[in-house]
Amino acid sequence: MSESVQKFKPATNSKNRVLKHLSDLDYSVVQQCMHCGMCLPVCPTYLETRVERNSPRGRIALMRAAIDGEIEITREFGEEMYYCLGCLACMTACPAGVDYATLIEETRAEVEAQDVVFSPGRRFWRWLTLRQMFSRPWALHWVGRSLWLYQVSGLCSLVRKSGLLRLLPKGLRDLEPSTPIICRHFSDELIQELEAPTKKKYRVGMLTGCVQDLVFSDINRDTVDVLLENGCEVVTPHAQGCCGSLHSHNGDLEQAAIQARRIIDRFDLESLDAIITNAAGCGSHLKHFSPLLKNDPDYADKAHEWDRKVKDISEWLVEIDFRKPQNHPATTQKATYHEACHLVHGQKISAQPRAILAALPGYEWVELTRATHCCGSAGIYNITQPEQAGKLQQEKVGNIEKTGASIVATANPGCLLQIQNGAGKGLRVCHPVSLLAEAYRAEAAEA
Amino acid sequence: MCALFKIERRDDFSETVARLSEIVGADHVLTRIEDVVPYGFDATAALKTGAPCVVLPHTVEEVSAVMRFCREAKLPVVTRGSGTGLSGGSIPVPGGIVLCLVHLNKILEVDSENLTLLAECGAITKAIDEAAHPSGLFYPPDPGSMSISTIGGNVANNSGGLRGLKYGVTRDYVMGMEVVLPDGEITWLGSKCVKDVAGYSMKDLFVGSEGTLGIITKVLLKLVPRPKARRTLLATFDSMESAAASVSKIVAQHIVPCTLEFLDRKTCESVEAYAHVGLPTGVSAVVLMETDGHPAVVEEEAVQMAAIAEECGAVSVERAKDDAHAIRLATARRSAFSALARVRPTTILEDVTVPRNRLVDIVSFVEEVGKRHNLQVATFGHFGDGNVHPTILTDEKDEDEMSRVDEALSEIFDKTIELGGTVTGEHGVGLAKKPYLKRQFDKSSYALMRKIKRTLDPDGLLNPGKIFDLED
Repeated sequence: MSESVQKFKPATNSKNRVLKHLSDLDYSVVQQCMHCGMCLPVCPTYLETRVERNSPRGRIALMRAAIDGEIEITREFGEEMYYCLGCLACMTACPAGVDYATLIEETRAEVEAQDVVFSPGRRFWRWLTLRQMFSRPWALHWVGRSLWLYQVSGLCSLVRKSGLLRLLPKGLRDLEPSTPIICRHFSDELIQELEAPTKKKYRVGMLTGCVQDLVFSDINRDTVDVLLENGCEVVTPHAQGCCGSLHSHNGDLEQAAIQARRIIDRFDLESLDAIITNAAGCGSHLKHFSPLLKNDPDYADKAHEWDRKVKDISEWLVEIDFRKPQNHPATTQKATYHEACHLVHGQKISAQPRAILAALPGYEWVELTRATHCCGSAGIYNITQPEQAGKLQQEKVGNIEKTGASIVATANPGCLLQIQNGAGKGLRVCHPVSLLAEAYRAEAAEA
Repeated sequence: MCALFKIERRDDFSETVARLSEIVGADHVLTRIEDVVPYGFDATAALKTGAPCVVLPHTVEEVSAVMRFCREAKLPVVTRGSGTGLSGGSIPVPGGIVLCLVHLNKILEVDSENLTLLAECGAITKAIDEAAHPSGLFYPPDPGSMSISTIGGNVANNSGGLRGLKYGVTRDYVMGMEVVLPDGEITWLGSKCVKDVAGYSMKDLFVGSEGTLGIITKVLLKLVPRPKARRTLLATFDSMESAAASVSKIVAQHIVPCTLEFLDRKTCESVEAYAHVGLPTGVSAVVLMETDGHPAVVEEEAVQMAAIAEECGAVSVERAKDDAHAIRLATARRSAFSALARVRPTTILEDVTVPRNRLVDIVSFVEEVGKRHNLQVATFGHFGDGNVHPTILTDEKDEDEMSRVDEALSEIFDKTIELGGTVTGEHGVGLAKKPYLKRQFDKSSYALMRKIKRTLDPDGLLNPGKIFDLED
């Protein structure tokens, strides 16, 4: 990127804290920000407050001041970095190509290393989720199975009626109604480790995800069906676990690297034409294992190869010129498309899902106002920052209502949950690949 | 308290904050280091300072009360909108406050009978044009930052844009304004009348005054009928001279295009490397032309412009078939700045302007200066109005290179003045161009500016040290 890459010596601030992550950062990445302000009109947090520090260029100014040793890494600093949704809309708007994704991840890692946003509760939840639940596939399955039992056994409605929820702290109590409905069957029960098409043209790996696996295993099944329909042999290793996206976005780069190695090991890279993901948030992270593993001699090359082969399902389908379904629906339904941040901004994938949707018979596609604006899900943001997340959710649902659509398609589990929770049951929220799978099935039924 | 970051605070700082909090509410007075650091700069490269306190009022009455207090306390005030300025005009002043007006952002009225629009100063430029659109009206000035720049900032800097040749600049659309004077008085200047010669045209004094004379809080703007059609062409040339010849010929044929934008060789190379728009190799100049107005006239003009470009030896001429094609043709020009900004860590964007017929001279001079000082310099800009953007790609951390940048800039400004031009066509003087303004102005006009400033702002509280210093 730059001809004069400068690395700054570890800055020491007044409390003699040595920066652990920001000091390793290539300084020209921060310097690349021209503070032109083009990120302001697309940043959800700036638009909410109109205060500079809540904007990408404001946060970069704080990062730079910290690297230059002008300010300390304080609690305020840390909280600001977590107020950011990480929607990356700023990266689409940025004329100078600033790598904000790396900056915010490294800065959050620094905030964690300095331990400035400390509270016993936060520490416990981080340990439980990042280091336990989302680092072990069996642990997550166990949690998922328990939740499923809670929901189907009637215990859930009993607990809600009993008022027992009042015993929970307010934050958790408010979240309980938005707990996702867990699927009866997880991906491993729905998908064989190897599934072959009638006529094989490609061989691809399939990533089942973690949240996707528990809550939307049907989308994983749909993805495999669509791949088979398009001549792809699908390899789906069981018990894959989290790819580390959650860890990386939340300042735990160490665990993210462990997860990355684990998931790479589950696939025989050389035998595959592509590795398919259908969750935008994961895809955006899965394509960037190289920087995470650059200092690991055993994995650096593999990570490079991995990054090259990871494709979002829509990206892959358009690349192989997917077969257009020829079903004949009796009616036409009004539908709209919400662009998941980590697909449109994180991976610059916008035309491909739209191409898939446009190829489906029986839909009238209405453009959604501010389709590329975050819905407030943003990974675990709706849990950590419920107020701001709620505002964005309302705005998104309001815009969807204005289209008059009865279906909204979006390609990320977080968005699917967030929009469904905001809109209620009257609106069908689904993944584009599910609509394609349905069309293929309808076609087969007609034949 | 803020030992690390250098922020000057006066002894009476806590009292000041208390008084300001009474006026605008404590939530709208920012003093924490994490809050004020992001107000230490605007969009100008390599300029940064510390603001001890940022005040965010919501009404003109609050602005007036803040100003009255600042006068009493002899506290300097730097007015700021979205901080997208390119001359350092809204960089804080040591010890003073930043008065950020983004919350005064309402569009108050679209008058489709008188073709005017009234907005608060913090309204976003793009929102103003969008508000005019449903009535079939148009607000033409389109500075590069229009998606976030505030109209108050545009007026205070008399911002330009791509449509200068045909539609003029911000000043041409200002019919009136509300201003808070340095003593806190709220005053209205101008009217909705197309003809109005009552007294001095005082609103014009504040257009381009860069926050040194008063605080603009409302603006009354002229709107024009929205053009019904637009045609876009892209022509490439193997020399800047032949590009200039075709531009001169177009204007001589009494065609006034709304856009006449050019890229020089270095910019073309960067754009091709970054955006792969398919520019022919070895091209020395690309000109993007647009004409707007009545569909029949526009069609005829587009054909004429294409013919002229070919006559003048264009390597290629492409005429847009539809809107999507037009957008594709405009990509090269629109990606110019992005492409250049990625080359090096620091991008210094200048805006010298010369009489239209001297444009080739300044472009080739800039290229030569860049070579001589061993700097990467690219130029793009507005062919129609002589406003060019020599863009220096550098690294502010490299002291040796930065001193060569300073020398090169100084030579470019001297040459501009020699050609009868101006050191700034649309960005304003602020801090960045202050040293060069004296070279352009004669002694008495410089003295006149100082006299006006002293008369309106005797305590020198409004944006002191910007544009010029009161003393030598």
